[in-house]
Amino acid sequence: MELDPQQAVYDRVLAARKPWAKVIHKGQILRIVDLGGNQAVDFLVYNADDTSERYSAPDTIRAQGNIFITTGTQLYSNDGNVLMTVLKDTCGRHDTSGGACSCESNSVRFGLDKKWQHACVENFLYALKDYGMGKRDMTSNINFFMNVPVSADGTLEIVDGISDPGSIVDLRAEMNALVVISNCPQMNNPCNGYNPTPIQLLVWDE
Amino acid sequence: MSTTQHSIDPTLVTWDEVIPGGAYWSRLIKRGTTLRIVAPEGSRGVACLCYNADNPIERYNAADTAKIQFNAFLQKGMLLYSDMGRVLFSITEDTCGLHDTLGGCSTVTTNEKYIDRVEKGDGDYKNSRDNFLLALTKRNLGKQDIMPNLNLFTRITVAPEGGLTWAEQTAQPGDFIDLRAEMNALVVLSNCPHPLDPRSTYDSKPIRAIVWNSPTPATDDLCRTRTPEAVRGFQNTDAYGLQVAD
Repeated sequence: MELDPQQAVYDRVLAARKPWAKVIHKGQILRIVDLGGNQAVDFLVYNADDTSERYSAPDTIRAQGNIFITTGTQLYSNDGNVLMTVLKDTCGRHDTSGGACSCESNSVRFGLDKKWQHACVENFLYALKDYGMGKRDMTSNINFFMNVPVSADGTLEIVDGISDPGSIVDLRAEMNALVVISNCPQMNNPCNGYNPTPIQLLVWDE
Repeated sequence: MSTTQHSIDPTLVTWDEVIPGGAYWSRLIKRGTTLRIVAPEGSRGVACLCYNADNPIERYNAADTAKIQFNAFLQKGMLLYSDMGRVLFSITEDTCGLHDTLGGCSTVTTNEKYIDRVEKGDGDYKNSRDNFLLALTKRNLGKQDIMPNLNLFTRITVAPEGGLTWAEQTAQPGDFIDLRAEMNALVVLSNCPHPLDPRSTYDSKPIRAIVWNSPTPATDDLCRTRTPEAVRGFQNTDAYGLQVAD
């Protein structure tokens, strides 16, 4: 069944480099659209009714025996429950190994002077504070539309994206889910094609 | 395996303890000392978390550790990074090179494979998730402080399409890893088999934790100088050390 944007209960464009947070109620579907292509969308998700339960990358990749997020992936929590399910993915695969960029890790990766730049952790902290949450609540995250292959010898690198303009991912909430997004501002590697762009966020009722 | 280079002068040892299979352990490892974790009988996995002991909101970050060093597997010369762009530990020695940042820790669910669990009861088979919860709660930390952990002494593989599988390559008797603390660090170890270990019998061997006063790093120290990222990581870490030094 195709979802009709005219029927969406929520529809907005999130500007480049910006944070966003919203509770997606059980049964609702969240769509993220990569409007310009190759735009990393850093993504946290919590049980909205008890945020000590949150997305766990290791539990998610182990449950499906694969490090990439794509159609059919169930996003597992630290308590072993499914937070959301990926219903549709026109990109192909998404990362959950690379973490979120921070001022501090940027200083190590790209140069000490880079710690003054904007970063996803700054966005996450800004968004989380409105829910009474903070640094302690950032454990692991997904990077939608970001390409991070891992080789047999463990080599891991953020490389050129594979997400065309208009790529979408649809996620159904399996419980009331607090979703927090950072529209990634990174300028020092190809995760945003060196040009951070807006994304579109839509929500449908079940 | 054992060479003079690998033996520790007994006068430098400040702690030496055997951790039984299935058990958890935590300890403050002071800056400038080294934690040696030995697998005297081999090992099928040890799960490890670590924190800045002076401010535990600064935590080991598996993703940063992997992407800063462009590898999800760790070995001698590599670093354990915190989420604040600083170095918690340097891997100054490592005899097996079998350590991953991806696989996570065992849970009640992953322990369901142990076939005699029903007969013996779940309580006989400790899992790392619950071990972490217990160890952290005793230090007034808790569930929100459990980050993706480091796995020691085991190998997993990742296929080009992302498939994640167990590789039957584990620490042999006598293998060890040396972790030199670069700030005062709280370490939590859970001595339970890796969650991807397919064996249906629970076979967790004892490990040994030795803390020793290791030498001051030389100017050409491998871990401090191996990459430009390492140099910058230590610039951040040394600046922090000046701030908290007593």
